[in-house]
Amino acid sequence: MLRRRLNRLFGGDEGRVHSRTIYVGHKSCPPNEAYIPPKFCDNRIVSSKYTVWNFLPKNLFEQFRRIANFYFLIIFLVQVIVDTPTSPVTSGLPLFFVITVTAVKQGYEDWLRHKADREVNEYRVSVLEDGRRIRKMSAKIKVGDIVEVEEDETFPCDLILLQSSRDDGTCFVTTASLDGESNHKTHYTVADLESDLQYLSATIECEQPQPDLYKFVGRMHIYRNSQEPDVRSLGPENLLLKGANLKNTQKICGVAVYTGMETKMALNYQGKSQKRSAVEKSINAFLLVYLFILVSKALVCTTLKYVWQSKHDETWYNEKTQKEKETNQYLKMFTDFLSFMVLFNFIIPVSMYVTVEMQKFLGSFFITWDKDFFDPEIQEGALVNTSDLNEELGQVEYIFTDKTGTLTQNNMEFIECCIDGFQYKHGDGSSELDGFCVTDGPVNKIQQKAGREREELFLRALCLCHTVQVKESTKQRQDQNDQFDQIDQVDGLGLDHGFLDPPQKEMGFIASSPDEIALVKGAMRYGFTFLGLESKNMKILNRNKDVETYELLHVLNFDPVRRRMSVMVRSKTGDILLFCKGADSSIFPQVRQEEVERIRMHVERNATEGYRTLCVAYKHLSAQEYARADADLREARLALQDREEKLMAVYNRVETDMILIGATAVEDQLQDEAAQTMEALQGAGMKVWVLTGDKMETAKSTCYACGLFKKNTELLELTLRTLEDGGRSREERLHDLLLEYHKKAVQDAPPVKLGITRSWSVAGHDYGFIIDGASLSMVLSSSSEPNSRRYKNLFLQICQNCTSVLCCRMAPLQKAQIVKLVKNSKGNPITLSIGDGANDVSMILEAHVGIGIKGKEGRQAVKNSDYAIPKLKHLKKLLLAHGHLYYVRIAHLVQYFFYKNLCFILPQFLYQFFCGYSQQPLYDAAYLTMYNICFTSMPILAYSLLEQHICIEVLLEHSTLYRDIAKNAMLRWKLFLYWTALGIFHGLVFFFGVRFLFSNPALQDNGQVFGNWSYGTIVFTVLVFTVTLKLALDTRHWTWINHFVIWGSLAFYVFFSFFWGGIIWPFLKHQRLYFVFANMLSSVSAWLVIILLILLSLLPEILLVVLRKPRGPHARQIAAVTPLSYKHLKERE
Amino acid sequence: MMASSYKDEDGHITVSGSGAAAGGGGGSLRSKKPENTAFKQQRLPAWQPILTAGTVLPAFFIIGLMFIPIGIGLYVTSNNIKEFEVDYTGVEMSSPCFTCSQNFSWNSTKPCTCSVPFHLDQPYESNVFMYYGLSNFYQNHRRYVKSRDDSQLNGNEESLRKPSKECEPYAKSNNKPIAPCGAIANSMFNDSLELIYIDPNGTKVQIPLTATGIAWWTDKHVKFRNPGAENTNLTVVFQGTTRPVNWRRPVFQLDSDPDNNGFINEDFIVWMRTAALPTFRKLYRIIQRRSNVHPTLPRGNYTLEVVYNYPVRSFEGRKRMILSTISWMGGKNPFLGIAYVSVGSVCFLLGVLLLIIHHKYGNRNNAAEISH
Repeated sequence: MLRRRLNRLFGGDEGRVHSRTIYVGHKSCPPNEAYIPPKFCDNRIVSSKYTVWNFLPKNLFEQFRRIANFYFLIIFLVQVIVDTPTSPVTSGLPLFFVITVTAVKQGYEDWLRHKADREVNEYRVSVLEDGRRIRKMSAKIKVGDIVEVEEDETFPCDLILLQSSRDDGTCFVTTASLDGESNHKTHYTVADLESDLQYLSATIECEQPQPDLYKFVGRMHIYRNSQEPDVRSLGPENLLLKGANLKNTQKICGVAVYTGMETKMALNYQGKSQKRSAVEKSINAFLLVYLFILVSKALVCTTLKYVWQSKHDETWYNEKTQKEKETNQYLKMFTDFLSFMVLFNFIIPVSMYVTVEMQKFLGSFFITWDKDFFDPEIQEGALVNTSDLNEELGQVEYIFTDKTGTLTQNNMEFIECCIDGFQYKHGDGSSELDGFCVTDGPVNKIQQKAGREREELFLRALCLCHTVQVKESTKQRQDQNDQFDQIDQVDGLGLDHGFLDPPQKEMGFIASSPDEIALVKGAMRYGFTFLGLESKNMKILNRNKDVETYELLHVLNFDPVRRRMSVMVRSKTGDILLFCKGADSSIFPQVRQEEVERIRMHVERNATEGYRTLCVAYKHLSAQEYARADADLREARLALQDREEKLMAVYNRVETDMILIGATAVEDQLQDEAAQTMEALQGAGMKVWVLTGDKMETAKSTCYACGLFKKNTELLELTLRTLEDGGRSREERLHDLLLEYHKKAVQDAPPVKLGITRSWSVAGHDYGFIIDGASLSMVLSSSSEPNSRRYKNLFLQICQNCTSVLCCRMAPLQKAQIVKLVKNSKGNPITLSIGDGANDVSMILEAHVGIGIKGKEGRQAVKNSDYAIPKLKHLKKLLLAHGHLYYVRIAHLVQYFFYKNLCFILPQFLYQFFCGYSQQPLYDAAYLTMYNICFTSMPILAYSLLEQHICIEVLLEHSTLYRDIAKNAMLRWKLFLYWTALGIFHGLVFFFGVRFLFSNPALQDNGQVFGNWSYGTIVFTVLVFTVTLKLALDTRHWTWINHFVIWGSLAFYVFFSFFWGGIIWPFLKHQRLYFVFANMLSSVSAWLVIILLILLSLLPEILLVVLRKPRGPHARQIAAVTPLSYKHLKERE
Repeated sequence: MMASSYKDEDGHITVSGSGAAAGGGGGSLRSKKPENTAFKQQRLPAWQPILTAGTVLPAFFIIGLMFIPIGIGLYVTSNNIKEFEVDYTGVEMSSPCFTCSQNFSWNSTKPCTCSVPFHLDQPYESNVFMYYGLSNFYQNHRRYVKSRDDSQLNGNEESLRKPSKECEPYAKSNNKPIAPCGAIANSMFNDSLELIYIDPNGTKVQIPLTATGIAWWTDKHVKFRNPGAENTNLTVVFQGTTRPVNWRRPVFQLDSDPDNNGFINEDFIVWMRTAALPTFRKLYRIIQRRSNVHPTLPRGNYTLEVVYNYPVRSFEGRKRMILSTISWMGGKNPFLGIAYVSVGSVCFLLGVLLLIIHHKYGNRNNAAEISH
């Protein structure tokens, strides 16, 4: 005890780093020791970002950190400081608008958070203080408080469960709000505590707060009568997380260990890193071009201005002001440059960012709304976690898919088993009493059965060796649960319509993995029914309808490294048995070798048929052996540090020298339409790589079943097996194989044309590549650096020339490594990862687009994904239809925006040549401001939300259409140049058309003349109409919204112009546009020139559209389907 | 944007449903089946036009057939407009105004006059519009364009006393506010032009010129107002202000007609509407047609009597006097006619071209289908 105390004193600083000590009920422990209340944060949850006071500065700071906003702020400031042609209002107003809208939105969100925070913080909770119950606000809970929680309440902070109203010291919680798992989880009280918590004197030592929801290591010291304190180990099973709900338990008491922002829930708030789409990169590149144009325009104008001024300096009619005369020449040049920048700055519009954001934000709703993504089974549709990547869905080149749960349903069905080398298959119309039907036995043997004893042993093993809970729908309460190991798993809820046992018709099982349910149900078919676990006793109904009871001693949990799990039970007779089941590769080395060969044959055959195989082994433990194992286990579980490693070591030590009984084969059914989906995706030019932790044979068969490998596919294998052939060292062999495959797949293959039409499907020979985790790590981390890079390249080249690639036996991190490898390879292809389990999270986060399947393996994948869909088959529509459309929409949006601002600003630039480079704006300030906000923004927004240049059905039917937009096809420089040229052409037409008209400014039939503002207004009118009609020409899908917005915008422009020019505005310094528009309309010449110029501008466009159409192989096909009339649509509905 | 809403959802769903509902981005956890509405399923009925040679061809032909006649009409109309221009800048030695242009001084009290003879080959039948034209005069220079105070011109008394800063350096003179202030007003065109017809028998007949109706109606009646609404005595109204430095007369002495004096003087209003290009014309006078029998301006010899006040040589400008008739399309400008005819012809030719292409493509299309 003294040592302990010393430890605490001296090791205090060090200890503070790793663990915290909590005094339960704030009592000094042991009682005689001085109690220093430790400092922890209170239980106030602050999820809000701002307070009333710091909202404005903080929010503005956040907003202006964005480069675009900052740029516009600079422009605005230049306008305020320098004497610029346009008033600060023209750029200030849009900026103000954008900033205000964003601020209001963020403020509102923050207000909601404040409200929610307040609700949480002011929530009344019961705290036990000195034996009395005190109600206080949740925010006031301090670490060490003993908190009482009643049924259906939410835990106010992270608690260690001390006392439960249930007899067995358990309580049930749901963690739906934390990880989305809706099953009830059992948590345990700390063993052997005083019943009256008032007298409990204990400390808890636990690790510092960390965000992992499923990890918790702690130790509780209980002091009784100043003896050496009792020590209890604490694990996640004792920890009740804030945010979880208490269920089926009247009330519990727990001591607060983590509060407020240190709770696991709060620590999990952190968002993910932002992914940026390829389109955004294109936008930035285009922006640079336009910035360059802007700067060069300003430079040209500034230079010319001074050249011009040297000739026409100051005329008598237009003298400089005193201030101008006094200004330093160079400073003046600089401010002139800035003025030109301001004048032309509209070429990079604020509104583009707003429109792009809006388009992405609103566009993503169409994914959520799509009823095709709705899965009736889970009653959920698609989920969009980020709207930044919508268009990236149309650009995918590589798909990395998980196998289990993604390609396959993760809905396991027990197919057959093999006991002692004899195969048992469940026949449908079995005549045999016990439901057994022996089909083809082991090869070369007459049909035979294994001994009955072995059979029963095997079935008992199946019944006992699992972590399944029975869910009885008749009873209100859930009775039992043997384990708390829902480690990153959800409920594999399987409802079984009992075959053999009518009384238990509706029997539900809840388990961490669906394999287990399949096995338990399989055993049930053969007459052994698992009834459940009651206070550490597992009950089995055997074939003779007798109930057998086994005392559950230990569960040696499953983990992906060991790839096996075991249970230790004590039978009625007192025998201690260990049952173990696991993957063949992990069981075979642990069992006596004589049985292995017979069973290996079965396992391998089953694996090639696409079944998941598990081997079952057992072992008798003598009393001494058990005692030792028991002690080791307990010790390991108490360890505060490296508990996992220590436990693993014990597990490995116990699970040796076992006797193999048999193997099971469970079928994992393919997802609906898995093969069709894969075919469509491959048809769309995407390469599908399967990354799985499963073994090669199983994975290979799944690949065949999905059509990823076809009959004529030549498989190139790079696995441990092929590496060990030939009797040379693996390194050498790897080198040889890589070269050989490279020769085959890359060098001998017909040269593949780079570009949109990738012709591997045409190229006669298909290759499939298979690699396993071990070989991959050899490839990736070869001993010498140059080798490693060379291998990597070879590997990539081979893979890129193969139709499909299968990577099996992958650790989660390796999956991410592969994704990264491909992502960073030449050409930076866009990658997509799809998976459903926690093991896929790393690759989902790594890939450009991460897709989570709302499968059975928990919510991690969904939470970390960018998009989540219920089924694999939805991927087809998500990519081929939504992705394609979003890409086309946003690409068009971007190009159009640059175009319309180029032809907006070009006349303004040209006008400088006619006004002595004096920065005179061509358009009125109102037009400058409104052009991007009101007159031309809505049609493009509507277009970018609603356009379907090819209708969805056709997109889904002809997956090759996806290839047309591959490699960012619509944002290539060529197209950008085309749009730029178009913008320049339009700008020239607008300006010079009106210029020639104004060679005689007497344009009215009463001989009166037009001035410069009329000039600008005519140009602007032509501009607005042309730009809008250009979009109308591009629109292939005219819904009423498009009609409304396009014609509405034009009408609004006309209406606004009348209105703006119709009144002497008291707040304006200049009444520039007073009746300019109306006068313009009274001139026939103005009408004629407007019509002429609009038509002339659109003429080449129309011509191109007409000439371009009959190109490409699909054109006719689409044309045949596309012209859908209203009538057709009505018929279809 | 999304990151924050993501936070919302996970943060407070436990407290109330509002957390989830507030989360935008479509990222809701509601297990509701998406509504099957046409909009949400992107199935709104839509018109899906496809531009093919077939659909565009008629349009091309129609445009061609419409534009060519319009263009010809415009061209003919423009050609029928009679226009006569005389440059009286006086740059050349031979020019009658050479002396005036050479001896120009702002301070001279005696106006310099010169008369420019010219000959009209054709009689001008309808109303004739008399313009003055200036070249190389940058009325659209930014410093110039903004150098005005519309509020002052609108009759605002306060602005009259305190002209806007924009008017600098023509806002104040001798500590008195300038009315009208600004560079535009200051540089108002102040040559006076008169036309004299020389009868075949040698008598000189002065052509009557109308000085009203040359400015936009709305400018004259709304945008430009004299200060002191009802006070007709402009001298009193403009008390305390001074004339623009380059003016010879104060603003309230621009015309004897009270409806054309002060800020609402039409010559002034016309000048205040800044021109779009450095070479421009402005309406100066209208020569009304008097009788149906005689042409407004018969063919013959005329002299243009110029009171030469306006210096342009300093900036190499030119001054012109233009006589022009007006049609429904305004003044003479062949551009529109030519443009219409050429665009119309291009459309028509393209139509023909497309027809050929369409024909060929159609054939190829058929052939392809047969070969299948």
